[in-house]
Amino acid sequence: MSSPLPAEYADTSSWSYHIDQRYYDELARQCALLREDWPSAGTDEIVRVQSFLTREARLIDEGRFNDWLEHFTDDCLYWVPVTAGGGDPTTEVSHAFDDRRRLTDRVYWLRTGLAFSQIPASRTRRVIGNVETTVDPATGEQLVRSNVVVHEFRAGVTKTYPGWYGHVLRKTEGGWRIKLKQINLLDSDQIHENLTLVF
Amino acid sequence: MTLQRDSLSGIPVPSRTDYAALVREDRVHRTLYTDPAVFAEEMVKVFGGRSWVYLAHESQLPEPNSFLSVRMGLRPVIVTRDRKGSLHAVFNRCSHRAATLCREESGVAKSFQCPYHGWTFRNTGELVGTPWPQGYGEDFDRAEHGLHKVARVESYRGFVFGTLNESAPSVVDWLGPAAGWLDYWIDRAPQGEIVVRSAANRMGYRGNWKLAYDNAGDGYHPAFSHRSLLEMASRMGTSKDMAYFGVSPDEGLMRTYMLGNGHSVIDQRPNYDGPGSFWANQRPQPGRERFEEKIRAEHGDDADRLLDLAIGSQINLNIFPNLLIIGNQVQVIEPLGVERTQLTWHATTVGGVPSEVNTMRMRTQEDFPSFGEPDDQANFEEVQRGLAAPEAEWVLMNRGLGVPGWQEVGPDGVVSSRATDELHMRRYYAAWQEMMSEDTTR
Repeated sequence: MSSPLPAEYADTSSWSYHIDQRYYDELARQCALLREDWPSAGTDEIVRVQSFLTREARLIDEGRFNDWLEHFTDDCLYWVPVTAGGGDPTTEVSHAFDDRRRLTDRVYWLRTGLAFSQIPASRTRRVIGNVETTVDPATGEQLVRSNVVVHEFRAGVTKTYPGWYGHVLRKTEGGWRIKLKQINLLDSDQIHENLTLVF
Repeated sequence: MTLQRDSLSGIPVPSRTDYAALVREDRVHRTLYTDPAVFAEEMVKVFGGRSWVYLAHESQLPEPNSFLSVRMGLRPVIVTRDRKGSLHAVFNRCSHRAATLCREESGVAKSFQCPYHGWTFRNTGELVGTPWPQGYGEDFDRAEHGLHKVARVESYRGFVFGTLNESAPSVVDWLGPAAGWLDYWIDRAPQGEIVVRSAANRMGYRGNWKLAYDNAGDGYHPAFSHRSLLEMASRMGTSKDMAYFGVSPDEGLMRTYMLGNGHSVIDQRPNYDGPGSFWANQRPQPGRERFEEKIRAEHGDDADRLLDLAIGSQINLNIFPNLLIIGNQVQVIEPLGVERTQLTWHATTVGGVPSEVNTMRMRTQEDFPSFGEPDDQANFEEVQRGLAAPEAEWVLMNRGLGVPGWQEVGPDGVVSSRATDELHMRRYYAAWQEMMSEDTTR
């Protein structure tokens, strides 16, 4: 985080003191980087990030949302924009703009057993490919982009969501943690039925 | 009246013109939600034949020659401003061979040229050019071949409505008491400046469009449909926005008001007490704590007002047949088929406030579409599945009917009742039946 949080706001699953204009500015900077041309990464580097994405995908597809949540940083953002290309979150709504607290809420909501839009729950499987990676020179964080197709089956209906992921991964003692996961759906600004699945 | 019955199965078959048999005081017939013929007739008579229909907000047409593609029922329509800024609406349908002229969602154009054979029309509808005109006879009159126009287009304080009915009352008369509620919603913004250009959640469900309108005026369902949201809100221990629907919603001052022509409103404001209360009771949004600190530090006594502007209006205003004002959103019901509907939630910003207020509005406006509306739409889809049983014919709307002390007539003549009364359905179906029973054959 850019500056230490006051102690009473340190638990970002309960408080959201850290999201201010600087947070939005940094988000815009990294989202622009995620759309630039990058030099080719080495095989080892690609395999490492690919393996991380594969593991994350499996946790979601198996509905292990509490485990999945542990892979995010305290200042994380899980972002599904509406506007194609991402748009400006300070003046436009998103399908999801989840800081740590709202992401914790989302997982809690899914697990209440009372969300009728998830009764029965979505079954999902996703395929990730076209993985590229580089390092953000300003922060040392790992930037990753990949193409994704999420297949969903729920309540008798099978749907397919193609798009691409932008990940910003931060090195921690326990390995990489997700600081940003941006999910860019191909048809993000068009009609969707029941977008309560996790991307 | 009796229903016609199928001679083999004995199952009642609705007579298409006998809507009085299908809309009763306390119930409506399932076929109003399932019969493609009823739907086809609604798309003509309810969506623009006789009634006004919401088309667009003026802020979506910000300059001269702006245009916006919308639907009026199933009709593709282009809403335009002419070069002087006046509003028009024309069918997005070439008068030559029917192709749509405009395939962009919005933009600026003085004229539209059909991509099929090149006929060109002014943004007010007049035909101005046909390629190689020598191929038409001498009696070809361009004036006869302009675009089909929506007969009347009127704006009420930025809300643009259209009708195909030349003799419709003015929009303000048709809105009636609903106009005052819309005023409240608009006037929350300084100088009443509402801007509808902040993207939209376009949500689809496999069910009839009226399920959304039924639900919009329904104060009975939140305690059940939205249990997940109410439960989620209690994760951090405190009861929040909408929790009052969960405990005896018929006690207290929250009421539903009937505004005529199928319009209604549920007023949730009595559950709040004074400036800052909307803000204090909102489920937490990203950035909430820093935002509040900054607004309080910079705006002193005015802070509560600004904080509340980041939160919804606490009224649910329903303007028949397709405009729902909920929270800070402008929601539009767009029927796609008898069992398929798009509900578009247009997010809004307001003028005259610090930019952080509008950013916080975005985060607030993401809450209910994420954790509330999907559960509603899941229930709409399950209603539609339930309606497939032909022998179970009726959908009830009798809660509150004949219950002593529930309905009251106010000094303005507006009938109100307790929040869970299904009076909203009974009243709008009366308006619906009147429109549908009108003989429009010539």
